[in-house]
Formats: sequence, C-alpha cells, structure tokens
Amino acid sequence: MADRKIRVLVAKPGLDGHDRGAKTIAAVLRDNGMEVIYTGLHQTPEMIAETALQEDVDVVGLSILSGAHMTLFPRVKAALEERGMGHVLLTGGGIISKEDMASLADVGFVKLFGPGTRTDDIAEWIQTAMEARWKNEEVSG
Amino acid sequence: MDASGEMAARLLSGDRAALARVISWAENADARYPAVLSAIYPRVGHAWRIGITGPPGAGKSTLTNELVATLRKRDETVGILAIDPSSPFSGGALLGDRIRMEERTADTGVFIRSMASRKSHGGLARAASDACDVMDAFGFSSILMETVGVGQSEYDVVAAADTVLVVLCPGAGDGIQAMKAGILEVADVLVVNKSDLPDADRLMMDLEDAVRMRTVRQEEGGWVVPVVACSARDETGIDDVIAAVDAHRSWQEAADLAGTRRAKRVAQVRRVVGERLEEELWGRLGNTDRAEALLGNSVTPYDVAEDILTSVLGSARDAAQADEV
Amino acid sequence: MSNIETEHVKNASVKAVDARATWEEAMRGAKLRDAEFTSISGAPRKPLYTPEDARVDYANDLGYPGQFPYTRGVHPTMYRGRLWTMRQFAGFGSAQQTNERFKFLLDHGTTGLSVAFDFPTLMGYDSDSPRSLGEVGQVGVAISSLADMEVLMDGIPMGDVSTSMTINGPAPILLAFYIACGEKQGVDPKLLRGTVQNDILKEYEAQHAWLVEAEPALRMITDVMEYCSEHVPQWNTISISGYHIREAGSTAAQELAFTLANGMEYVRRGVAAGMDVDEFAPRLSFFFDAHLDFFEEIAKFRAARRIWARKMRDEFGAKNPKSWMIRFHTQTAGVSLTAQQPENNIVRTAVEALAAVLGGTQSLHTNSMDETLALPTEKSVKIALRTQQILAEEIEVTHVADPLAGSYFVEAETNRLEEEAEAYFAEIDRRGGVVPSIHSGYIQREIHHSAVIYQRAVEKGTKKVVGVNQHVEDVDAAPEIEIHRIDPAVESEQRERLAALRAKRDDAVVRSELDAIRSACKDGGNLLERFVSAAHAYCTLGEIAEVLREEFGEFHEPSIF
Repeated sequence: MADRKIRVLVAKPGLDGHDRGAKTIAAVLRDNGMEVIYTGLHQTPEMIAETALQEDVDVVGLSILSGAHMTLFPRVKAALEERGMGHVLLTGGGIISKEDMASLADVGFVKLFGPGTRTDDIAEWIQTAMEARWKNEEVSG
Repeated sequence: MDASGEMAARLLSGDRAALARVISWAENADARYPAVLSAIYPRVGHAWRIGITGPPGAGKSTLTNELVATLRKRDETVGILAIDPSSPFSGGALLGDRIRMEERTADTGVFIRSMASRKSHGGLARAASDACDVMDAFGFSSILMETVGVGQSEYDVVAAADTVLVVLCPGAGDGIQAMKAGILEVADVLVVNKSDLPDADRLMMDLEDAVRMRTVRQEEGGWVVPVVACSARDETGIDDVIAAVDAHRSWQEAADLAGTRRAKRVAQVRRVVGERLEEELWGRLGNTDRAEALLGNSVTPYDVAEDILTSVLGSARDAAQADEV
Repeated sequence: MSNIETEHVKNASVKAVDARATWEEAMRGAKLRDAEFTSISGAPRKPLYTPEDARVDYANDLGYPGQFPYTRGVHPTMYRGRLWTMRQFAGFGSAQQTNERFKFLLDHGTTGLSVAFDFPTLMGYDSDSPRSLGEVGQVGVAISSLADMEVLMDGIPMGDVSTSMTINGPAPILLAFYIACGEKQGVDPKLLRGTVQNDILKEYEAQHAWLVEAEPALRMITDVMEYCSEHVPQWNTISISGYHIREAGSTAAQELAFTLANGMEYVRRGVAAGMDVDEFAPRLSFFFDAHLDFFEEIAKFRAARRIWARKMRDEFGAKNPKSWMIRFHTQTAGVSLTAQQPENNIVRTAVEALAAVLGGTQSLHTNSMDETLALPTEKSVKIALRTQQILAEEIEVTHVADPLAGSYFVEAETNRLEEEAEAYFAEIDRRGGVVPSIHSGYIQREIHHSAVIYQRAVEKGTKKVVGVNQHVEDVDAAPEIEIHRIDPAVESEQRERLAALRAKRDDAVVRSELDAIRSACKDGGNLLERFVSAAHAYCTLGEIAEVLREEFGEFHEPSIF
C-alpha cells in the first residue's frame, strides 16, 4: 500500500480558544507528510469522535488548555469506543500534570505532551507509533 | 466471507464506519477495494452528484454548508467530499474545510469526508469518483464534491458530477480572467457568491454576456447555463441555487441521462488514459532523451515526432495505415 | 558663518565619513558570533544605529509628554505625577474563592482588581450547561448570575475600587451584573470605575471566545458605549487588546497593526451609530503585551501612541485631546514563560515589565512564574507584584519621562513599527475592512504564519530560549513547584447554587425580561439597558446568551488552511 498516508485528526475539545498550539502542530504534521484534519474550536467529545469516524483517521490528537482534560479526554475515548473507533492512536497536549498524564495513560492516552515540547518530537512519535502498527497489521493480516 | 465481502455487507447495511473505511481503501488503491466495488456496484447510480468548484476565497465551503442545510430541509441525505491540495513539498495536507460545516457533524443524515489531492491528477480524479460511488451505494440521495480551483485537475474531478457549480465572487479573481480559464466549458450553473459586495452586479453581467454569446452558437434545446446570485454567509439566494440544480437535473432526465453519464465516464476513461500515456511516454519510456538525441541541424521536430510515434505505436500504426489504403 | 567655521564643519563631516568607513571596514573584517541578528519578531537588526537611521522631526514626531502626538507619553508629568496602576489579574474557582484572593491582593498593595472568568462564562454558558462540563472555575471565576457577582464583590467597596473585567462576547451581560451589583450595594452607577474588555474583533482574530456574529456583536458594543456615556460615565467601555493577538503568535508589528485597526473599526461604528467621536473616544482604552524584545517593545508602545493620535485627529477629526491619547494597560507575555526551570520566569517578567514602564504604560500586570503549569499560587502572585514594586520604588527609572527618546535605535524601531502598521492598514482596507478580513481568515492566517515561523526558529535554535533549547536541564532534576489545583467540588457547588436560584426566583418576571431582550434584538433598543433590568430579575448569563444566539446567530470560524 504505497499510497497510504497517516491521517491525523487534530481536535480542540472544550471551550478554550487557545489554538496556537493546535494549528502549529497541524502545520508541522502536514510538513511531515501526514494528512491532517483540523476540527476547529469548541468541539464536544461526540463531535470529535464522529469526525474521527467519517475521516477514518489513524490518530486523534487533542489540544486543551482549559484544565478540563480529566473530564473531556476520557469522554472522547468513550465516544470513539461507542463508534467502533477504539483502535485509533490517542495523544494530546496541554497543561497537564504528571499525575494526570499517568491516569490518562490508563484510559488510552499513552503519550501526552506538555508545554515546551518540540513539535518535531511529536511528529516523530506519531510516525514511529504508526509505522509499528502498520507493520503489525502486515504481519497479522 | 472475506474482508472485502464483509466490508461491503456492512456498508450496504448502513454502517458509517464501514463507509469511511471503504473510502480509505479506494483512496489508498488498496487491494481489497475492487472486490468491494463489484459487490456494491448494483447500488450505484441513484444519487445526484453535484460538483462545486471555483477560485480560492469564493466561499465554496460556506455555500456547500448552506446547500446541505437546504437539502436536509427537504429530507435528502447528503454525502460530501471536500478536496484540498496536498503539499508539493512534503506530500502531507491540511484539510480544514470541515470547519465551515461544523454544524453538520452531529447530523446522521450527513457524512463529510476530506480528501487530499496527493500526487497525481489522474489518481485524484479516480479516488474522488470512487468515493462518490461508495457514498452513492451507501444510499445518500445527494453527493456534493467540493474542490478548489478552476484548472484542469479540478475539471477532471468535478467533470464526473451530474451538475457542476462554478462559484465565483466579486474581487476574488476577476470575471474575465475566470472566463479565459474556460470555466464556461465546465459549468452547468454559475454561482455569484457574496452578492452583497459592491462589484457583484458587474460580475453577474459579465457572466450573463458570456453565457449569451455561447448560447447563440449552441444547438436548439441545449442547456443554457444560468447565472445565480447568492450570499452564503447571509443565507440568501440558496434556494435559487438549488432550483438551478433541480432544473438542470430535470433537463438531463428529460434528455438522455444515461447517455450523458455514459459519455462522462467515457471522457473520464480518455482522460485517465491520456494522462497515463503522457507520464509513460516522457517518463519511463525515455522519449524525452530520445527527442533530445535525435534533434539536429537537419532533423526537424516533426521528423522526431514521427520517429517517436512509429516506435511507440509500431505495428498498430502500420495496420491502421493499411486499412486506410 | 565665517570661513573658519565653514571649514571646521567641513572637516568634521569629512572626519565623520572617515570614521564611518573605518567602522564599516572593521565590521567587514571582524569575526562575528554565529547568531541570527533579528528581533524576536524576525525583523532585521543593524549592528549600529546612527542619526541617519533615526530621522525624527522633534516637534511633529515626538513633541512633549502630554502633547500631540504623545510619542513621549500621555501625561505631562508621567510617573512623577502618578505611578502606573498595579493590577493583578485574578480569578479561579468559585466567586467566594476569588473574593478572598481579591482581598489578599488589596491587602498587599494592589491598586486595581482584575477579574478572570472561566471558559463557560467567557462563552456565555451557565455553570450547569452540558457544554461547561469539567471547565467550571478552572481558569477563572464562574459567574452565572447577579447572585454570583454579589458573592464576588462582597465586602469590597465598589464605589472605591477600580475593576477590570476580562470578558468579550458576553461582556455587556457581565457589565450589567456588575452595575446591578453596585446598585444592590447602594453605589450610584455614576461612581463605578473600571474597564470591561468588550473587544470582540480580537476574539475572532485571536482569542476565540465569541458569542454571536460580528455585526450584531458590534452593535452591542455601541449599545454599551451609548448607555455608559450617560449612566456609567467613569467606565472604560472597551479595552482594545493586542495582548491576545500577540499571545496567539503575532509579531510586534502585527500586534500593533491589528489592534489599532480594530480600534479604528470601533470608532467608525460609534460614529456610524450617531455618536460624536469626542463623546466616546476618550473612554477607549488599550491593552498590549510586553514581550521579551526589550527595545522593540518600548518602540511599539511609542509607535502606538503616535499612530493613534494622528489617526484620531487627522482621519476621524476628533477635537478633544483626550480622544487623541492612547491610554493602555500592559501584561507581560504569558507565552514567553517556560515550563522548564520556571523560576527563570521571574527574570523574564521583570525585563518585560521594565519595557512596559519605559514605554509609558498606565497600568501593568506581571505574570507569576508558574502560570504555564497551573493557576498561580499565592507566593508566586506575590513575587509578581513585588517585581512591579521594585521597578516603581527601587531602581529610579520613574523620574524621567520617555527616557529612551533620542536613542537612534529606539527612534528607528519606532519609525519601522509605524511603517509596518501602516502597510497592514492599507492591506486591510484593500480587503474591505476588518470584518471581511476576519471572515476570510486573512488576519488569523497572518498570525498563524508568524506563530509557525517562530516555533520553527526555536526548534532550529536560531531563536534561543534558556531552559528550552539552551542550558537545558534534565526535566526530572528540575525542582517541583507547588501546583495550585481547582477542587472539582466547585463545579457541583455551582450547579447546586444555580438550581437553588432557579427554584426561588420569579419565573414570570424572568420570562418577561427575556422576551424584552428578544424584542430589543429585533427593534434595536439598547441591549445593555435590558440586561441590567434582567440582571435584577436574576436571569442567568446562559439564558440571556441563548436569546442572543437565537436572534443573532452564532459566529463560525473560517478555515485558515
């Protein structure tokens, strides 16, 4: 499947309007050869999951700076599960403490990025994780 | 049941995740796709496909959003394909058209899919057409295909639609320039968006004049391209756009819809073959080098062209000439 | 002039030419550090500025403090007359917690209150709306009705303090709560002093907490201007803000240009609504960022004053000198703070605050060192305030007005920023004005591009950030700073308070107030007047906002990609 591209949904859950990071990371992922769908601001978990489904994305990345991540991230995960989209790779970023990162890892957000992360590191992490997944698919499928 | 058969069955039973996945397969030229297409093909052909194109900034996404709202009011279900260019540098793409259609995300009668143009024009036209087939088979009554630009590649994409809307607006690329680019050859309906802007009347008049000049040349009973004004942002004139689409549909249905659709598919085949040939001729087959090597003081470009044609077409050409004799 | 004198001048200029040539030669031959010599906004910097670079006509371009074009400051006495207002932004959790923080700040010498609201409030949702889930009280205080405002201002003499409210989309509604709260304390609205941000254009451009479409939102702003000029005359009805534009990633020139373009748009709207420009322009206030590039920032403040004075006098025909003056609040740059080695942020903030002071700000907020990590603790808030007090009281910079005037470099920077701003004004005009430039995403796209360019420069290391790409320490070795957390109980308590309020108020009155708002939306009656009345009936923020959304339509962001 030489034509396959990593499709990423960059989403802004909740009411905060700080999209500088989300838009920058969207541009960086594009520059790393990925196809990026940007949701725009103020999305509910249901809207994010529905978009992920319609776009058949491989990755969902959430950006949040409102402090509501402990409420909203698990809801996004649940809304994805409900739609049979439990397989997507979940990540995100924002002002998230270490303890919160640890409990969100249990929900499925295996990697979250804090303030000051290099955007290329995020792109690289996604790239590596997806390559591993696709390799597994080939082996098993 | 194999993977393709199972996916086709899920799709036909109304599973939106399956619809999304099959579009990915089509887009990625996945080996599982052709079998799915065969399985669902009998269900293709019921949706009305509307292509929407125009220069950047003309308000296509906003208009698409309003068209969907109007179609939903009359209980139509709508599939939308929003196409954006891929970056020529990285091959990646940023697909942001959904933002304008955010309100539609929660509506189960609507399905929006973003598609990047990726590398080849021919490949995009095929992926777009496949995605429309898949949404058609899924059961949407209307399919909107939105793409930016008025060039050849956009033409290739929207040409497969039953009705093509070309959206223009005052200021963004002036009317005369747009006409030079041959939009009249593509458009079934011309839409002047942002009709509240000062120069809208002028653009309307220019377009109407151009349509009139062409109409004089065309045969009796031909389709006369209407010029419709609207303001998608203010939600005015949307009904007029829909009415023009309906009129075009009735006109085609009264004429020979099946024939038109077949002709469009044949044209599509010709374009794909033509593009592939171009690529092969000048790329893999090495004819650029050959032409450069052959050209000399006493050898004209026509001589070189003959030489290349003979080498490529070979015996097929000989046979054709023999027939003529 | 005698021959001898002429000869002397000639010799001097020959010497100057020689000196310049010698210096240029030395520069050419010298080995320079491997660095990118540009401003933080990416503007090229010369190694040296001379009189040729700083072409200034003293009387026309600078003048005296308190005189047109106010480049040197808006007051003749500047800080000898009165220091800037030390206004620390605060707000979190419940109204009661914020009320306690306000009293703490007043006790420690802060001279103005500044309210931060939570996202549901900023977006016009009540604390019990499903959209508010998880966000109540998180980044500011939750105010859903007059009842919450009463708790917020409890025990604070509203006739004596000046209060700044950072809210935009629903600003007229929150202002109505404040006016009604004052009335309940027995304070005449004529005595209320403060500012409501109320700057919706920069919300569409950068900050993104909006309520309704641009045109009706602008109408509400003129409603506020009209109502306040009669009833709340000491209130600053709008704080035209570049801060959020800068924080969203713009350059200094873009911050300056888009902010002033927005300001001019509000002036046009006020005039179009039938007001005399001198009737409302003196009450316009501004709000800028103080970023790390010391000289570029000082020049930005000076350019802002000069541009605004010229526009107001020469383009809008304002006669009252108060209309020509730009008075502004400044906040140090939140985006310049790093999560790594957070104590370093104290130094960054001090440098930024000094730029604001040397740039002649009227009021200042200094960020706390831990703001990129969480809500600031009391200790870090106190250090931030003490930073201002050190600048004001210890370092002796407040005695001289506009002390950097005449610096070739600062004057050249001031001229450059003015020119760049003018180029943006022309481009926005070409695109049909500010509102069409927002609808098409032009302004948002410009800001986004600058943000991406800066991010890449930091990642490439051409822009250096200590602790991020220079002098990096192992993250785990960094000292843990105390993190202030919001108790989730705030959200449930807010829900209960709202439920109790809804149960005990008079529903018939609530309904008739909301109907009156609906009619005013349609027939053009002053909406602020209706909101004040509705506040007294304990209509909630969400209920009022819902009427506005239904009548005016929500704003939808354009795609900028």
